[in-house]
Amino acid sequence: MNCRAEVLEVSVEGRQVEEALLAVLHTVLLHRSTGKFHYKKEGTYSIGTVGTQDIDCDFIDFTYVRVSSEELDRALRKVVGEFKDALRNSGGDGLGQMSLEFYQKKKSRWPFSDECIPWEVWTVKVHVVALATEQERQICREKVGEKLCEKVINIVEVMNRHEYLPKMPTQSEVDNVFDTGLRDVQPYLYKISFQITDALGTSVTTTMRRLIKDTLAL
Amino acid sequence: MDADLSSQDRKDLDKFIKFFALKTVQVIVQARLGEKICTRSSSSPTGSDWFNLAIKDIPEVTHEAKKALAGQLPAVGRSMCVEISLKTSEGDSMELEIWCLEMNEKCDKEIKVSYTVYNRLSLLLKSLLAITRVTPAYRLSRKQGREYVILYRIYFGEVQLNGLGEGFQTVRVGTVGTPVGTVTLSCAYRVNLAFMSARQFERTPPIMGIVIDHFVDRPYPSSSPMHPCNYRTAGEDAGVAYPSVEDSQEVCTTSFSTSPPSQCVFTVSKAHFQTPTPVVTDTLRVPVAGLAFSHQLASSRLSYQPTLLGVGSAELAHPVVFAAGSGAAHPHQLMVPGKEGGVPLAPSQPAHGTQADHEKMATCTPSDGAHYIVTPSSSEDPETVSNSSEGRGSPHDILEAILVRKVGALVNDSVDQVTMTNLDIPFAMFAPKNFELEDNDPMVNPPDSPDTDSPLQGSLHSDGSSGGGGGNAHDDFVMVDFKPAFSKDDILPMDLGTFYREFQNPPQLSSLSIDIGAQSMAEDLDSLPEKLAVHEKNVKEFDAFVETLQ
Repeated sequence: MNCRAEVLEVSVEGRQVEEALLAVLHTVLLHRSTGKFHYKKEGTYSIGTVGTQDIDCDFIDFTYVRVSSEELDRALRKVVGEFKDALRNSGGDGLGQMSLEFYQKKKSRWPFSDECIPWEVWTVKVHVVALATEQERQICREKVGEKLCEKVINIVEVMNRHEYLPKMPTQSEVDNVFDTGLRDVQPYLYKISFQITDALGTSVTTTMRRLIKDTLAL
Repeated sequence: MDADLSSQDRKDLDKFIKFFALKTVQVIVQARLGEKICTRSSSSPTGSDWFNLAIKDIPEVTHEAKKALAGQLPAVGRSMCVEISLKTSEGDSMELEIWCLEMNEKCDKEIKVSYTVYNRLSLLLKSLLAITRVTPAYRLSRKQGREYVILYRIYFGEVQLNGLGEGFQTVRVGTVGTPVGTVTLSCAYRVNLAFMSARQFERTPPIMGIVIDHFVDRPYPSSSPMHPCNYRTAGEDAGVAYPSVEDSQEVCTTSFSTSPPSQCVFTVSKAHFQTPTPVVTDTLRVPVAGLAFSHQLASSRLSYQPTLLGVGSAELAHPVVFAAGSGAAHPHQLMVPGKEGGVPLAPSQPAHGTQADHEKMATCTPSDGAHYIVTPSSSEDPETVSNSSEGRGSPHDILEAILVRKVGALVNDSVDQVTMTNLDIPFAMFAPKNFELEDNDPMVNPPDSPDTDSPLQGSLHSDGSSGGGGGNAHDDFVMVDFKPAFSKDDILPMDLGTFYREFQNPPQLSSLSIDIGAQSMAEDLDSLPEKLAVHEKNVKEFDAFVETLQ
């Protein structure tokens, strides 16, 4: 099975990095989250309800929709904050990328550890620009807002192709497909990683891998 | 054909599509309310959340949607459309978007209704949630309030895209294949908003012809009035409930099976419960008597006083629910109090008849006294103009009058001018003193010698520190009463002004004056060796000085 890969690029001002990334990540996760599964007898299950909420950006003329889950939002904000700090400290040209990868776990026999097989990867390439005047910043607010609108339309288009999605798992296998650690929603298993690149495109700083779900599982 | 589809599947599919259509309308209208929407996730299924999404049901909107559908489902050639339009306080309106839920003939026989179709419809609703925030009308709807409102209209049948202007764009939200056809959800939106921005600042009344033509081609003119995209619940005094509010509502308690698809179990249970009775108010009405609007334009701002307009509105579809008296906000109220100013109480002006009255009505004040929908004809002049005998325009006009020395109401002689500039216009003193004759302008005619007093000394002294516009030494010199910006009379008597006047025209630097500049550079160069010799004598002093610095 091939892994689906989508790449989005955004050019933003420094203070817009977090909001732009959160907008994209939350839009993707909105489509890749379900309600909590409740397994019953006879192999049936019911699904909880996913709430949504509108989030206005402070530095971009844009509003996005995310699932109503504080835990999920916190997890995303944490990693986006780390990315932003790394970008700022790198001192490079302000180029970096963040990857949101959905994967399935495949149990292997002992002594091999479980295999993580990605089935969809979203990569957001971020280019930070520096602006001098307030007028430029105002224009940037609007332009980045429009660009993010286009990105959301692109994301929705991909989502509605109805390509491969993992099969709905049995109760014993649910943790191989979904992240069941959250209280109120259940996204597909995902991990977020990022790297900062210099102008040449090579990785300057250490490639940091944040295995959010995996570290907790282990 | 439906031969392969079991009857249970068929029933389920019809139900899914019906509720999908209703939820689609809810999402679209709620996204145009002008507010942020927030619903909570719930880990335990409540059974009433279709497609596992927490989407509130506004009863009025459900009612409208059901009325439009009239028991039918979207099918080939019969699409469900939600039209979003904008209406300004002056009465102009413009279509912004048309959302279409269509069905085409492309069937997917293999797909599992109770499982895959359901989940895909859920995904499509999530996409709709995202896309509704992304079209241009969203930002417009967030800013609705005083100058314009957003209205919606639901109709069923052929899609009408004529009202969107030229060059409208379309975005496809998504498709879901089913055994009976493919459900497609898309949006066509206007990109040419030039009409609105030009209109907003026009002072001429709207052209009636445009308004009439706007509604000519509607397929179901009598059954699809416009409604505002805002929602208010009635208080205790609510009068009429919707006549056809559902008594029972089907809920969807879905159980999914993890066993192979052939053994898929899907239960849908019906739960009967009453929807709360007078939950909604209605929209309000514009008095149509004096306007050329068609009767479809059933409503406008919710803040208009419904009772006043209750007269003569028999042709409109909705009963008026009077919301007065309920001061407390209902928990479901989605209106922003700041915009609306709370529940409308007795208006300050009756509204009937002419268009002028309609415009006046637009400034109906709610209980907190806030005004909204300011009409263009009621622009208020700033107070400073009131002093002017001309009495028009802005301070700019007055300033201009001073500058160009217009003779007429503003300027007759010095006395008038002094009066004029007594106005507290900031930076008035910086206005060039056109009325001075050039002969007396010290900048044009440099003083004879730089050592003499400041050329304006005389005038400054005569001006004195009183700050009053008195006479001065120069007859042709009309003294303007200076009021420096940010300086008040009552705090200190024109200290700042005096200071400024004193140092306004400093003497020219000697090195820059032309007379001294007339000395040739050659003389300077010649005197250099002498100067150097002098300095060399004092070298030791210089060195000692430098050492003290270190």
